[in-house]
Amino acid sequence: MILRVARRRLVSRVMTGLTVVTAVLALLPLFAIFADLVIKGASSLNWDFFVQNPPAAGALGGGVANAIVGTLLVVGVGSLIGLPIGIGAGIYLAEYPDTRFATTVRFVADVLNGTPSVIAGIFVWIWIVRPMGHFSGFSGGVALAVLMLPMVTRTTEEMVRLVPNSLREAALALGYPRWRTTLTVMVRTAWPGILTGGLVATARIAGETAPLLFTTLGNLNFKTDLLQPMQTLSLQIYVFATSPFVAWHRLAWGAALVLMAMVLLLGLAARWVTRSRVSRG
Amino acid sequence: MAERLARLRAERITARFGANAAVKDATLAFPANTVTAIIGPSGCGKSTFLRCLNRLHELSRGASVEGRVLLEEDDIYAPAVDPVSVRRRIGMVFQHPNPFPTMSIFDNVAAGLRVNGRRSRAALAESVERALRGAALWDEVRHRLDASPLALSGGQQQRLCIARAIAPAPEVLLLDEPTSALDPIATQSIEELVQGLKRDFTVVIVTHNMQQAARVSDFTAFFYLGEMVEHDVTTKIFTTPTEPRTEAYVTGRFG
Repeated sequence: MILRVARRRLVSRVMTGLTVVTAVLALLPLFAIFADLVIKGASSLNWDFFVQNPPAAGALGGGVANAIVGTLLVVGVGSLIGLPIGIGAGIYLAEYPDTRFATTVRFVADVLNGTPSVIAGIFVWIWIVRPMGHFSGFSGGVALAVLMLPMVTRTTEEMVRLVPNSLREAALALGYPRWRTTLTVMVRTAWPGILTGGLVATARIAGETAPLLFTTLGNLNFKTDLLQPMQTLSLQIYVFATSPFVAWHRLAWGAALVLMAMVLLLGLAARWVTRSRVSRG
Repeated sequence: MAERLARLRAERITARFGANAAVKDATLAFPANTVTAIIGPSGCGKSTFLRCLNRLHELSRGASVEGRVLLEEDDIYAPAVDPVSVRRRIGMVFQHPNPFPTMSIFDNVAAGLRVNGRRSRAALAESVERALRGAALWDEVRHRLDASPLALSGGQQQRLCIARAIAPAPEVLLLDEPTSALDPIATQSIEELVQGLKRDFTVVIVTHNMQQAARVSDFTAFFYLGEMVEHDVTTKIFTTPTEPRTEAYVTGRFG
């Protein structure tokens, strides 16, 4: 009897230990990446890094101002297109869950969610870049929007569905029309969650590279014209890291650190949005 | 019973979930300015029946309703009738307090007024105060009308929901087991409130608590297995019911 208890305790400890080990293993890459980026990238960060454009191949100095601005613009276009459509579609799926159309949209969104991002790039290349005749920041934004759409749609749907049905009934029993119930009660209650989902999706697309290769292309010059090829941090990292020039390598490390910091900031913003909801509740 | 004019009259109501009838051919009249309690064991269809009275039942998945419900002279199930306008004339309070968490206490009470059309701020404030007084909540919240309703206790939240329901001045007030989630003290305050509400409203209260029905209602209807078994003056139901099933239930032999 005592033996059995001892054995049970031992098994319990071993299992708990195993979960701790796997948790550490899961976090290890994240810390390793971040430490590496700080060690190798922080030294590249100075004033010039943020305000100057990249130097000619092989030359020293310079910065990635073009890529930082380009990232903001391309991701901005992606969010401007992706967020409203995704949120709208998500609300529809949550409010009319059983219609045949909703089932189809949900299925397509799930398939799209698993689609490799490079395919989104090819798709936009065929439908926008080729007819336009040239690469552009705008087409990259569209590619990113295509990528974030299914994410935003599904999280919005989940968030609206989490709102208790009793609130819907309360509104309907007061004589709220359906649309007003949806907007002022269901969506309003789910809004912090929807916003969090939107921020997480924005952070996800900010680091995308593959879909931009066929669309935004990259540009060593400073551009704010969305109809021209543009640089983004992700493209800059890809090009500079695979180049043979030491100065470009240093810029790539710095750019990677900045990109990581931007994504982290969005993540923090997402947490802040949900926290402010909890404290209000 | 028939001598008083019925404010609300349900005629031959059959309510289904899919093919399954939760309420079978129930007919019941609710005289103006009275409290009618609907009692019966769990699953007897009393809540479903109540939800037929403001056309809420039909919103459930696969639900359907047959029969008529007359509010004054109007059949609320007539094809030309908009359920939204019906629900503005018939207020409802639910089993669990469900204030809107994103709105302040004031805005919760004002919600039904605003949806009925624009009003001046002063008129709105006056109606909100009147509703909160009517729900015996005014003194407890008058200094924190801008606070979240979630800061209130469960009993206060339920009284807030009553205030929200009576603010637009409906003709009928439906209460679906309004105290089942509350402690005895909060329950008592709601029960006292219900007694007073009949001055202005025709009240229908569903309850699984027979003592509560006996305390607050003028009339009681007993539902069993989806059927309206017996409907009479409350004291008669609890002392000399006609139907053996009613007697068995009110004396605690089942349910």
